[in-house]
Amino acid sequence: MTTERPPTPIPQPAPYPAVRPLRRRQRSVLGGVAGGVADHLGVDATKVRVVFALLAVLGGAGIVAYALLWIFMRPSAQGGSTSPVERRRAMGLIVLGVAGAFASSWLLSGTAASVIVPIVVVGIGAALVWREFDADGPRSIIGMPRHPTALTWARVVAGVSLVVVGLGVVVLAQVDLASLRSSLLAVVVTLVGVGLLSVPIWLRMVRTLNEERAARIRDAEREEIASHLHDSVLQTLALIQKQPGDPQQVLRLARSQERELRQWLFGGSRTAQDSLTEALRAACGEVEDHYGVTIDPVFVGEIDAASRSSEDGARPSGQALVAAAREALVNAAKHSGAQRVDLYAEAQAPPEAATDGERMRVSVFVRDRGVGFDPDAIPADRKGVTGSIRARIARHGGATEIRSGSERGTEVRLTMPFAVPRAAGDRIGDEGAVSG
Amino acid sequence: MRVYLVDDHAVFRSGVRAELSREPDIELVGEAGDVAGAVEGIGAAHPHVVLLDVHMPGGGGVAVLRGVDRPGNGAAAGAAGGEAHPDPVFLALSVSDAAEDVIAVIRAGARGYVTKTISGSELADAVRRVAGGDAVFSPRLAGFVLDSFTGRSPLPEPALDPELDSLTPRELEVLRLLARGYTYREIGGELFISVKTVETHASNVLRKTQQSNRNALTRWASRRRLD
Repeated sequence: MTTERPPTPIPQPAPYPAVRPLRRRQRSVLGGVAGGVADHLGVDATKVRVVFALLAVLGGAGIVAYALLWIFMRPSAQGGSTSPVERRRAMGLIVLGVAGAFASSWLLSGTAASVIVPIVVVGIGAALVWREFDADGPRSIIGMPRHPTALTWARVVAGVSLVVVGLGVVVLAQVDLASLRSSLLAVVVTLVGVGLLSVPIWLRMVRTLNEERAARIRDAEREEIASHLHDSVLQTLALIQKQPGDPQQVLRLARSQERELRQWLFGGSRTAQDSLTEALRAACGEVEDHYGVTIDPVFVGEIDAASRSSEDGARPSGQALVAAAREALVNAAKHSGAQRVDLYAEAQAPPEAATDGERMRVSVFVRDRGVGFDPDAIPADRKGVTGSIRARIARHGGATEIRSGSERGTEVRLTMPFAVPRAAGDRIGDEGAVSG
Repeated sequence: MRVYLVDDHAVFRSGVRAELSREPDIELVGEAGDVAGAVEGIGAAHPHVVLLDVHMPGGGGVAVLRGVDRPGNGAAAGAAGGEAHPDPVFLALSVSDAAEDVIAVIRAGARGYVTKTISGSELADAVRRVAGGDAVFSPRLAGFVLDSFTGRSPLPEPALDPELDSLTPRELEVLRLLARGYTYREIGGELFISVKTVETHASNVLRKTQQSNRNALTRWASRRRLD
């Protein structure tokens, strides 16, 4: 059980402000690349766009550069301003650039046009789709906006069809139909090869992702533990520090805190509703807190199944059992003088002579090693044992046995029959069939 | 009687040292605060009994149990003779009484399991008993074992292991009384058998827990954690 130190903050290495090229996201004309570059370089966006357009004329280099920058620049959170005039100018530049690229390639080589045109078509299609997937807002798993509008769908569909048509034209125009099979084979083989070669990269990516997720989960867990310790243990320790002179109070606080923490660390997350086990546990806790004794409850078997009866008559039986057990615990804590009390509860199959309908019986044993007493010689004015334990259990068909002696302390045995629901009863019935 | 103490909390170690120093027949021959130090120290000090913490950095008590070179690891039942044992026997002493922890160290070969709320004299008594080759159960440990052997659990079990029923009725009875907080002597008086017989029954339960029901207990423990 080591205490973890909080991670030390990583020192910031750059003393001067580093301006990273970020794409403008809001109010971008196409991808916000030109605006981002302009922001980065500190020049007018239109100049950047002109440069892109000029480069595009040189065999489409500007278009390629723009596409690559679009891919590799990270989108910025805040966008620059784009006036309508600027926007119109940018649109014009885009058209000019694309047309220039088209024209230059046409001029340079006639045959290249049959490649350039489909590539431009593919580029426009891809740009349309990218724009949609690049927009802000909540995303679904595949990257589409959560609430896609008709326009979004139209753009995506148009973009996809442009890409498909463009690629189709390239394939049909360039590839000889006769050699289609061999070239397809070559493509498949190449893809398989690339896939094989990139396996380590994929593996590393998956591993990194897993590590990241594990670290995140660890962090969340740590925070939950820290907040729980803060709410419980640290508060209790603070209380104890405030009143160190009252040993009874300190003991009580420490015991109740230990119980709570133990339940949180090692116990399940079951609620006290309808659970006989939890009700007994709670009774133990209360008596511990009130009388400053240590109670160790041990539970065996399907105790809760006994109290979850289909006939609701079992609930009062369970309540009576818990109340009687609590009374026995209180007696042990008050009168025995022992510092430790054992509580043991077990659900058993009933013996052969059981009454009809009884499918399970729950026994609770409360034991102390204190002074003991004579159960047959209880003064008439002491109603605790007679009224709160014996009569209460007897009303619900159970049995009470008290064994006590000056040397061995006291043990109170409570037995309560339960009629459990059919489903659970079948299994118990099987076991009963072995003995009967 | 030579005792070695393994716990990563120095405050707790000094507490146990103070409590055990009142016992004339118990000598604390060494202590360690981590797994590596414990494995080394136990090998050098040759104690009769090792008091072993369950939760420690670096694998905990189970790692110590695995690390210590014990030729009689699997044949721990041979110690029932009552003479001094050549190999150290392990008594788990933990603040945790979660089923998984208890079952894990018992399976790994500890001869007993007591919680840290135990009083000094009870601890000394438990040390003497494991040194004599016996099993020491806290009521809670007895409850766990009983729960697994009676095979009743909230979730349906796929095909019960026939070995799961291998506890004799007498052993179940002893276990049940242990869970109710009885001492071995009281159980002897209750069942009209000698203390020696009670100890034998408890030892047999522990041996069966360690060996034949390893799988069933693991399954049970892991299922327990799920709900």
